[in-house]
Amino acid sequence: MTRGLLVLEPGPLTLVQDLGRLGLAALGVGQSGAADRGAHRLGARLLAQDETAAALEITFGGLVVRAQGDLTLALTGAEGPATVGNRAVGHRSPFPLRDGEQLAIGTPTTGLRTYLSVRGGVDVPAVLGSRARDTLSGIGPPPLQAGDLLPVGVPPSAFPVVDQAPAPLRFDGTLTLRAWAGPRDDWLADPTTLAAPTWTVSSRSDRVGIRLEGRALERSPERVGRELPSEGVVRGGIQVPAGGDPILFLADHPVTGGYPVVAVVLEPDLDLAAQAVPGQSLRILLVQLQE
Amino acid sequence: MLVEVDGLDQVLALADAVRGAVSAHATGFAGVVDVVPAATTVLVTIGELGDLAALRQALARLASETAVTGPAAVDVTETIEIGVHYDGPDLDEVAELTGLTRRGVVGAHTGQNWRVAFGGFAPGFAYLSGGDCRLRVPRRAGPRTTVPAGSVALADTFSAVYPRPSPGGWQLLGHTTAVLWDVDRDPPALLRPGIAVRFVELQT
Repeated sequence: MTRGLLVLEPGPLTLVQDLGRLGLAALGVGQSGAADRGAHRLGARLLAQDETAAALEITFGGLVVRAQGDLTLALTGAEGPATVGNRAVGHRSPFPLRDGEQLAIGTPTTGLRTYLSVRGGVDVPAVLGSRARDTLSGIGPPPLQAGDLLPVGVPPSAFPVVDQAPAPLRFDGTLTLRAWAGPRDDWLADPTTLAAPTWTVSSRSDRVGIRLEGRALERSPERVGRELPSEGVVRGGIQVPAGGDPILFLADHPVTGGYPVVAVVLEPDLDLAAQAVPGQSLRILLVQLQE
Repeated sequence: MLVEVDGLDQVLALADAVRGAVSAHATGFAGVVDVVPAATTVLVTIGELGDLAALRQALARLASETAVTGPAAVDVTETIEIGVHYDGPDLDEVAELTGLTRRGVVGAHTGQNWRVAFGGFAPGFAYLSGGDCRLRVPRRAGPRTTVPAGSVALADTFSAVYPRPSPGGWQLLGHTTAVLWDVDRDPPALLRPGIAVRFVELQT
């Protein structure tokens, strides 16, 4: 019998993710991968396996799965109630899910995206070198549906040695994201205006990016009416269209864009950004690049 | 690291040079994970093993050394016809911006062939250059959250076809049923360097 996870309820949006696909930008294929890369990696380390093993990214909870064969799992990222039968299971700790047992993941009480890692990895076919679902391009395994059976791969030879990873609760309240000045910060009349307001995460946010609602940002007088030739953009880039609402790029950002990127959020703070919930407050803290 | 150069020819020459330096494990290029050529820039991204300061020095040196001997034209290997229904929501606005009539816009778009300059926005999305220069129009003030697959569009000096639904800020002229990207096809992208495109008007 194949070891696997049978999906009973997929929740609002559950995707297979790993660390994504590199080196394909010239084809217009972005890296994609887990939005909260830190949570994904922690899940893999807790299960003593390679960080490139695929896991499930669960947005707003709601996933219910049943084990086929005996499995070892771990939950990282956004926390909320998680139960196996009538037993509560903790986050950031390997736990068994025996053949026939059912795991139900509730709506997170803090943060947005929960990661369910399984020892052996989610073993669906890779596309262009990765099992990540890129929601912008549609490359990779489709979003989970009830009835899907996800095969689980061969477990690694190393055994888990850590039974609990501590983590500070940091997704609540106003999130502060550190950012460097971007390549086109001279397109704003005053680049520091990005750091002044408290922004609100729009409900129109997704894996492509977080839309920041707040105030319209003015262009420098010499840039008004000018066009920026399309150029490569990076995850963490904050792009400002002429209409004003900034967009903070997440995992499924486009490879190139024609609106100026005025700041770039530091890599470690992107995991925090990936956990921002619509309606949450967010501030940008501009920091200097150390040379 | 975003490198700004003068034009498309320099872009293609520098992108080639960077890829060569990466393959040869040249100093400063360790940890490079991708090279993204665009209209007037080359973006070089590094992973955790990369050193940003070393890359900056190495890129500055490489950029000044890279000679551009002439139009870096990749020879046209194939001309593809793409049939278009010119019924896009921005056709009137483009007519106004260009000073042409709707018929004039269609005539300009179909009357001169376009060339694939580079890819990037999405899988199968190719920036097409070299078309009628009267069709230079700005992007829309705010991107649409969804542009339908097959949309035929204009922005700056480029034209393009959206391979699948996605956010987009370009001016929409019409739509095509051509399949721009098929991950199961070999090659997956219809439009690649070396391809020229002739747009053909289809009557609805």
